[in-house]
Parts: sequence; C-alpha cells; structure tokens
Amino acid sequence: MATNNINQIIEQPIHETTIYAEPVFHIGNFQITNSLLNSWLAVLVIIILCVALRLKLKQIPGKIQHIFEILLEGALSLCDQVTNDRRITLKIFPLVTSLFIFILVNNWLGLLPIVGSIGFVENSIFIPIFRAGTADINTTLALSIATVIGSNIFGIVAMGAWKIFNKYVNIKALGGIITKFRRDKNVIIVAPITFFVGILELIGEMAKVASLSFRLFGNVFAGEVLLASMGAIFLYILPTPFLFLEVFIGLIQALIFSLLATVYFTIASQDHEEHGEEEGYEKELAHV
Amino acid sequence: MENEVVNEVVNFAPIGKALAIGLSAIGAGIGIGLIGARAMEAIGRNPEATGKVLVPMLIVSAFAEAVAIYGLVIAFSIK
Repeated sequence: MATNNINQIIEQPIHETTIYAEPVFHIGNFQITNSLLNSWLAVLVIIILCVALRLKLKQIPGKIQHIFEILLEGALSLCDQVTNDRRITLKIFPLVTSLFIFILVNNWLGLLPIVGSIGFVENSIFIPIFRAGTADINTTLALSIATVIGSNIFGIVAMGAWKIFNKYVNIKALGGIITKFRRDKNVIIVAPITFFVGILELIGEMAKVASLSFRLFGNVFAGEVLLASMGAIFLYILPTPFLFLEVFIGLIQALIFSLLATVYFTIASQDHEEHGEEEGYEKELAHV
Repeated sequence: MENEVVNEVVNFAPIGKALAIGLSAIGAGIGIGLIGARAMEAIGRNPEATGKVLVPMLIVSAFAEAVAIYGLVIAFSIK
C-alpha cells in the first residue's frame, strides 16, 4: 500500500495544453472553469483600480491621474478617427473602452508566472487553477456576441427599428416593386437583388461574431502554446523574447477588438442606405 | 475491415494538422510581407510619417496574422 502511494506521487503528472478550459470545481451543476476564475480575478483587479483612482480624483491632477487623463485623451482621439463624429464617440466610448480594458487585463493576467503553473493533479492529469480568461472560446464568444447585438441595438436607438429590420430583411425593396414599377421598370430586377444583399448582411453579422471571437481566442491560446513549447525546448532564457511578444500581442489584440467594435457601432449608427439617393431622385423630379 | 480503414485515416491525422497550419501560414506570411514592404516604402518616402504609418501597419498585420491563427486552432482541434 505504501509503495503504491509513493509510486503515485513519483509518477509525473501529464499536462496537455487543452483547447477547452478545464473545470476546477462545481457549484451544483454549474462548472467553474479555470478561465472563469481568472476573468473574475480580472474583474476584481479592474474594480480595485477604478475605486482607487476614483477616490483620489482631484481638480488638480496628480501624477497617476495625469497619466490616465493622457491615455483617455489618446483613446478619445483614436475613437474620433474611426467615428468622425464627437457625439457618436461620446456615446460608444464607455462601452468600447471597458471592452478594451477587460480584454487587456485578461490577456496580461494570463502571462503572469503563477497562472498556468499552480494547480492540482486529478487522475494523473495536471489541472491549473488559473488560465487566461480570453484563452477560452466561451469568453471571447460571449464578448463578440454582446458586441454585435449591442451594435444592432445602438442602430435601433439611433435610426429606428424599421430601418434596421429593413437592412436585413428588406421588405421595403420588395414593396418598391409595386409602388415604383410605373416610374421605373428596372426595379423588378434590382429589388430582388437588394433583398438578397440584405440576407447576405445577416450572414455577415454572424461572420462578425465568428471572426471577432476566433481572432482573440486563437491569438491568446496560440501564445500560451508557444510559450509552453518554448519553455519545453530550453527553459531559462529562450522564452523571454516570446514573453515580450505576448505582452505586445495582448495589447494589440485588445486594441483590435475594441477598434472593430467601434467600427461596427459606427456602421450601425450611420444611415448608409439609399437615403441620399432617394433625395437626389426627388430633387431630379423637382427639377423636371 | 471498417476498423482498419478508421485506423488508417487516424494515422493520417498529423499530416492533416501540418497541412492546416502550414498552408494557412503561407497566406499569412505573404500578407504580412506585403504589408511590411509597403509600410517600409511609405516610411522611406516620407520619414516624418513613421508614427502615423506604424499603428495602422501593426493593426493590419494583426488581421493578416489572424488567418494563420485560425489554421492553428483547426490544427489543435484535429485529434
């Protein structure tokens, strides 16, 4: 019996980098995975940072407050470059920036030395307690679905539900066949194409979700695998440059996610349909 | 008979993995190369614009890189 136990302890636990997050413990039927734990940690870090900054807020800024004000100014001007409109920027800036901060903190928490190396052995398989929150497809999928649905809701608020509905299921164009047929015979060919483009737009919306989530998840997960395999080749100096690369990639990916979210929100809030065209048509008629 | 066929297919799984990441890396490599080349050209023509060129270059190269990452994810998910 004793020898058996010793054998079990000596036996090297296997750790495979799995593509899914491993469950650490259960609450009822609900699995708590190590990625979920780490994203709670990220939320905690952000809350502490925010409260600490908020309590020290002054009219005349100190050093730390100054740094954050500079960062905020830079982010605002970056957002302005995308939206071209300060009013839209001020509306979507809080959401996009909080996405940025959440993803950034999650990416960087995944690189800390404790994360991924402290854990327990279950059935001779090593399970780490922490794993980068964004290295789990569920986290990134949730973020991107929330972003895309949020952008559509923003569009509904900005332009009205009927216009957004017509962007995807273009009943207006089909109805145009009846109303415009006398003026313009071409409409019978153009309207079905416009309708089909709307359905393509609907598919494009799902593609947005897929590309956003897979980009972030793939980058962070591939970074973890890269670091692990570099550590397996030679542990001491070799992983260092890759660690710096991962810090950089974490920043870039957070930036890209929030920038794309900004772009989607901006597109949703702009009336890109034949609004101008129709007015032009009316003007032409007036001229005639 | 069926088992043999299944086994044979499973034996080819590493080749599938290698093809998935290898082929997607070709595309991403070409893309990043083109982006880098054009960015260097732009900086060479107008050295003052380095700061303006750098950030979009990094963002776009991250887009190109993401394509290879998709391949990598597929490669990992093949068992």
